[in-house]
Amino acid sequence: MANIQLRNVTKTYGAVTVIKGIDLEIRRGEFMVFVGPSGCGKSTLLRLISGLESISTGDMYFDGELMNNVMPSKRGIAMVFQSYALYPHMTVYDNMAFGMKLGGSSKSEMEARVRRAASMLQIDHLLDRLPKQLSGGQRQRVAIGRAIVRDPRVFLFDEPLSNLDAALRVQTRLEIAKLHHEMRDVTMIYVTHDQVEAMTLADRICVLRDGLVEQVGTPTELYDHPNSIFVAGFIGSPKMNFLDGQFAAPHGCATLGIRSEHIDIVPQGAGLWTGTVIHAEDLGSDNYLFVDLGAKEPVIVRQPGKVAIPEGSTVSLMPRAGLLHRFDESGRPVQAPLAAE
Amino acid sequence: MTTTVTAPGLRAARQETGLQQQRARAAFWFLAPMLLMLFFVAAWPLFRSIMFSFTDATANTIFNGQSEWVGFDNYLTWRVRDNGDIRWRGVLADPDWWNAVWNTVRFAFVSVTLETVLGLLVALVLNAEFKGRGFVRAAILIPWAIPTIVSARMWGWMLNDQFGIINDLLLQLNLIDSPIAWTARPDTAMIAVLIVDIWKTTPFMALLMLAGLQMIPRDMYESAKIDGIHPVKVFFRVTLPLLRPALMVAVIFRLLDALRIFDLIYVLTPRSEGTVTMSVLSYLNLQQFGDYGEGSAQSTLLFLIIAVFVVLYIWLGRVDLSGERS
Amino acid sequence: MTASSIFWNVMFYIGVALIVLVAVFPFYYAVLSSFETGTQLFIPNYLPQSFDLSNYTSVLTARSFGRSVLNSVFVASVTVIAALFLAVTASYALARVRFRGRGLLLMTILAVSMFPQIAVLSGLFELINWLGLYNTPWSLILSYTIFTLPFTVWVLTTFMRDLPVEIEEAAIVDGASPWIIISRVFLPLLWPALVTTGLLAFIGAWNEFLFALTFTVDESRRTVPVAIALLSGASVQEIPWGPIMAASVLVTVPLIVLVLIFQRKIVAGLTAGGVKG
Repeated sequence: MANIQLRNVTKTYGAVTVIKGIDLEIRRGEFMVFVGPSGCGKSTLLRLISGLESISTGDMYFDGELMNNVMPSKRGIAMVFQSYALYPHMTVYDNMAFGMKLGGSSKSEMEARVRRAASMLQIDHLLDRLPKQLSGGQRQRVAIGRAIVRDPRVFLFDEPLSNLDAALRVQTRLEIAKLHHEMRDVTMIYVTHDQVEAMTLADRICVLRDGLVEQVGTPTELYDHPNSIFVAGFIGSPKMNFLDGQFAAPHGCATLGIRSEHIDIVPQGAGLWTGTVIHAEDLGSDNYLFVDLGAKEPVIVRQPGKVAIPEGSTVSLMPRAGLLHRFDESGRPVQAPLAAE
Repeated sequence: MTTTVTAPGLRAARQETGLQQQRARAAFWFLAPMLLMLFFVAAWPLFRSIMFSFTDATANTIFNGQSEWVGFDNYLTWRVRDNGDIRWRGVLADPDWWNAVWNTVRFAFVSVTLETVLGLLVALVLNAEFKGRGFVRAAILIPWAIPTIVSARMWGWMLNDQFGIINDLLLQLNLIDSPIAWTARPDTAMIAVLIVDIWKTTPFMALLMLAGLQMIPRDMYESAKIDGIHPVKVFFRVTLPLLRPALMVAVIFRLLDALRIFDLIYVLTPRSEGTVTMSVLSYLNLQQFGDYGEGSAQSTLLFLIIAVFVVLYIWLGRVDLSGERS
Repeated sequence: MTASSIFWNVMFYIGVALIVLVAVFPFYYAVLSSFETGTQLFIPNYLPQSFDLSNYTSVLTARSFGRSVLNSVFVASVTVIAALFLAVTASYALARVRFRGRGLLLMTILAVSMFPQIAVLSGLFELINWLGLYNTPWSLILSYTIFTLPFTVWVLTTFMRDLPVEIEEAAIVDGASPWIIISRVFLPLLWPALVTTGLLAFIGAWNEFLFALTFTVDESRRTVPVAIALLSGASVQEIPWGPIMAASVLVTVPLIVLVLIFQRKIVAGLTAGGVKG
């Protein structure tokens, strides 16, 4: 229910500045994902919003209300932790009700809210159990349930899926997405280092790098129009191909980026580049061809379906027009249109 | 890091959030009772003891405030006699004190060295996998569990000159010709004390080192085994360096404990010149002879010696005491 | 198996047997002696030869020994409870709250536990007299705090530090104050550590000798170690070894039982007390 504004927020631990001045607006009811490599400050930023860490300088507002010095429990937030952080000695019910108990809610209201959250997550039958009697996936649901019971205006997730195995991760991801649909006006902020989670869950993604915002936008915007080499390389799997030197020069840029699915294999001589297939990965639905063009790294070409191109053969490649990404020496996109195009 | 702070941010730079403030305030109130208590039972008595060491307080004057300030006279003073001789007096000129210092140092050095070596041996044995390991570990806990006074008495009985089983055993093995008055003879009294202390404290050392040993990953030994490295070499190249932190901590703790030894000696070898330590001598002065000035001077000197060791330990050991680096 | 490996195996087990023998024999011999009286006692024997309970009856019927045991139990229990009470909150602050000088404070507390007791003896004597506690159990409870409190604070701080941060943060988000975090979240998780720490502190207080010797005079006020140390016969030459051994066995058996029951926890507690370097 809250609109969150960060104004030039910084965080310093001793001599180390982790967050170096962030301006960001998170809209009401939005699902915002903070993503970035480890050490970029995404978790710290989440903790600043939660109030578990104090802001060194700058201001933070929830719905226009200054939050810098407000206790975490008074901010109207709920948090889901990576390690679930359930109270080991309390039953699932008590875990979920603990916050309300401390807040002095009536027993009936507590009961009602816990039951409602539990049925939303289908954990009604687990209410009497202790955390150690639950599986990892069930624990994570209880943790989410505990957050729902708090009836927050901001829902914070700190890498909630990284302790789950791959299958469970997809399932829980789906449930979080569902939750977002059901709780339309609750703002959700989600931290992850996994760009797939970011792409699938987010309304908007905020890419962080070295304590600064690199780019904010919808998944599509980031995918189609990354405003730096860093974002281009971070978003999308497999990673965007980067070519420089003689490959980039004809396009008027220092680095040329092209996504693997935007390269076609064309008849010999018809392509822009020629190279040798040094390795092929068959994923069933897709084929990844690693083609050595003589550049620093092989180019990955993604071909749908089954393609029988043996390793060692020579192929001619053609990037799709208009889907090339051009970057200058500083890693920023080149805006000027290329005369030749 | 003011260089990275921009002008509008400066205003909030020194502010803490409500949470941090609340926690700091709570920490203060949580610590206050404990610190107050420690002040009353440790800091204040220590201060008063040190003050006594600068007075001529005796058992009669200690409580009524009639003792006089005598400066460093309890430590060292001199008087020029009529015939021109200089007469030194005070603890530092007292051969009994230096005898006690020598006894303490001797005891501490020998006991800690032997306890470390034996403790390491026992720890290595317990770290091996064999049937009955749990039983052996339980068995070595027994000496540790027995109160010092009780062990002093038990061993006093075993070391008895006429009826003691140790003499009997040694006679039967033909190691000695006649019974030895272990605790009474000046040359064997220290040996008796060392035997009891080593018996009682080696388990403690062994358990600390065993904990250290068990933190060394097993695959390290396995890879050394696969590489065909001789076990003795593995011990000196792998085990010992990795055990060093645990070993250092155990040794320092024991050393500090050994330097203040009192009860074992007081009960096992009372009135023996060969074993009187700094603590015992100070106690005798305070309680037996009521000489609070000199007794306090002696206890203050012992405190200073131990304080130097503690500071050295914390400084040299660079032990991560606050857990901040972990 | 080669000949040399058999040899080393045999040597190993001989070593193990030796360790057990040396560790257990003195106590075994004390038990043995405690069942012997008269001339029997003064003939060294390695195996049990008599089963005479008169040493025990003489110790237990002497009124002061029972008193000493009660004194010891009272003093050690109150000391431990007081120390734990003060240490739980203090160790939370030391383990969980970042503040300036925390490292220095911990070092000071550690230093206090390494203090030579004799160094505070005259000052403490004065304090106890001034408070009018001389020759009462409270003098011992007060003075034992000097070593039990730093020890419990230190060990509990180590245990407290190992509790997961995220659980505490979840509680903070739930609106728990520091006191609620301690009492409703951490204490239920810490009770094994409390038992261990309390037990070790109890043993320390139970075994203390110097303060008990100094601050009590009446036989009825003595604690067990002092009682055993001062147990003597009609003359200095006539040390009543039989009753001494019986008394020794009586006060040691409960400790050994406790230690064996809690052996794993005790090892963990000792290691925590020994600073993870």
